[in-house]
Amino acid sequence: MNREKINEFLIEKGLFITAIFSIIIIFTILIFIVMEALPAFQEYGFFRFMFGMEWSPNDDNFGVFTMILGSIFVTFLALMMAVPLSLLCAFFMEEIAPNKVKIFLKPVIQTLAGIPSVVYGFFGLTVLVPLVREYFGGTGFSIFTASLILAVMILPTIISVSQDAIKSVPHDFKEASFGLGSTNWQTIRLIIFPAALPGIVTAIILGIGRAIGETLAVIMVAGNVVQIPGSIFDPVRTLTTNIALEMGYATGLHYNALFGTAVILFIIIIILLIIANYIQNKHGMDIGGGTL
Amino acid sequence: MKIKVKNLNVSFGESHILKNINMSIPENSVTALIGPSGCGKSTFIRSVNRMNDLIPTFQHDGKILLDDKDVYDSKVDVVNLRKKVGMVFQKPNPFPKSIFENVAYGLRIHGETDEEIIEQIVEDSLKAAAIWDEVEDKLDNSAMGLSGGQQQRLCIARTIAVNPEVILMDEPCSALDPISTLKIEDLIHKLKNDYTIVMVTHNMQQATRVSEYTSFFLSGELIESDYTDQLFVSPKEQKTEDYITGRFG
Repeated sequence: MNREKINEFLIEKGLFITAIFSIIIIFTILIFIVMEALPAFQEYGFFRFMFGMEWSPNDDNFGVFTMILGSIFVTFLALMMAVPLSLLCAFFMEEIAPNKVKIFLKPVIQTLAGIPSVVYGFFGLTVLVPLVREYFGGTGFSIFTASLILAVMILPTIISVSQDAIKSVPHDFKEASFGLGSTNWQTIRLIIFPAALPGIVTAIILGIGRAIGETLAVIMVAGNVVQIPGSIFDPVRTLTTNIALEMGYATGLHYNALFGTAVILFIIIIILLIIANYIQNKHGMDIGGGTL
Repeated sequence: MKIKVKNLNVSFGESHILKNINMSIPENSVTALIGPSGCGKSTFIRSVNRMNDLIPTFQHDGKILLDDKDVYDSKVDVVNLRKKVGMVFQKPNPFPKSIFENVAYGLRIHGETDEEIIEQIVEDSLKAAAIWDEVEDKLDNSAMGLSGGQQQRLCIARTIAVNPEVILMDEPCSALDPISTLKIEDLIHKLKNDYTIVMVTHNMQQATRVSEYTSFFLSGELIESDYTDQLFVSPKEQKTEDYITGRFG
C-alpha cells in the first residue's frame, strides 16, 4: 500500500471507531439504567409503577403517574407560551428584520441558550415565585412558575432550529409568490410557513425534549409536591425532579424505583425523537422533489 | 406602446448593471432580449415588475412607463403592479402544493373566495397554458411530481390566472428538454394575442422562432432593437452582427 492509501485507511477506520464509541456509550448507559430499574418493575409491576398514583417510598409505594402528569403539564404549558413567541421571532428574524437588527438579535438569543439552568432557577426562585404568589395566590411554587422558566429556556432551541427551517425554504418559492403580487405576510403565511413546517415541528419537539428533561430550574420553582394538581397554580413534581430530589438517600427498592423513573423519562424522549424523525422524513421530500 | 423605458440606469451597490436604457415594447407582441450572460437582460426584466426591490442594494434612476405611468412612482402599489406584470422564472418553481392550489394561489391572495369562480379560472388557465389535458385527472396531486416541462407550463398557468397584461419570461426554456421547449414556444405564440410578452433567451434560434421584436444587450447597454427578421438578417450595428454570427458571447 502506498502512503495515501494508508492515510485513507487510517482516517476511515478512525472515524468509524469514534462513531462506534459514542454508540457504545449510549447503550452502556441505557443498559445500566434498565438493569438498575428492573427490580422495581419486577417487584412492583411495570403497570402499577407507571400508572400508580401513590409515591411513598417509606411504605414501598412507587407509582409515578402523578409525576408523568406533572412533567406533561409543565412542558405543555411551557410550549403554549414558547411556541408562538419563538415562531414569530424566527419569522421576524429571517423574513422581516433588516440585517442590522438580525446581527444584533442572533447573539442575544444564543446567549439565552448559554445561561446555566441554575441561574434560571435562581431567577425564578427569587423573582418569579414572589410575583406569582402576589398576583395569583398560593405559595408561588407552581406549574405556572416552572412553565414560565422553561418557556424562556426553550425559546432559543425553538427559535434557532425553526430559523434554519425557514432559511432552507428555496428562494424560488418566495420569488414566485412575490411575482404573483402577494404581500410579505401572505408569502410567509401561505408559502414559507407550510414549506418550513416539518422543520418547525422538529424544533418544537426538540424544545419538548429540553423542557421535559430540565431538572434544576424546575426543582427550584415547582414546589415538588407529589399530587395531581388542581390548577396551574398548584405545586407539582416532575419525573426529573423526583430523581434529583431523592437520589441522595435512596436505598433498596426505592433506589431501583428512581431508575425506573429514568426509564419512563427515556421512553417518553425516545417516542418524541421517533415522531420528529418520522415527520421530517415524510414531509422533507415534498420540498426537494420534482426537478427542483 | 405598452412599455416605454426612458434613461433607465440600474446598479447594485457599486456595480453599474444597466446603462442608460431606452426602449419601447409594443402591446400584444413577443419581444426577445438576447445577449451574453451577465449583460443585464434579467436585471432589466426584473426592473419592470420591481422584483429587484427585494435586493437591498438595488438602486435605479430613469423611468419605466407601463401604460404611460411610471412603475417606480411612489403612488404605485407594488402588489397591483406585479398582478398586472406577471413573471415566469428560469427554473420551474411551482409551490409544494397541489396542481390546483398552485394556480388558485394567485386568486386567493388577491381576495377571490368563490370556489366556483376559482375552479373555473384554474381550468381556463391550465387550458390556456396547454397543460390541462395532462393534469385534468390529477389536479390534487403535488405539482412536484410533474416533469420539468409540465412544471414550467403550470407556472405559466399560475401567472395567467391572475389575469396580467404583461408576462415577463426569464429564460423560460433553459432548464427544459427540446420537446418541452417546443411546447412552451407554441404556447408563447398563442399567448401573444392576449398578452404582451417580454422574454429573455440565450437561444438565438428561439428568438427567431417566437419573437416579433428583438433587443440585443451587451455589457449593460442596449445595442440594438428591431424587428426580429431585420435584426438577425441585417443588423445595423457591428457588435450585433458579431454576436449573432457567433464571433463572441
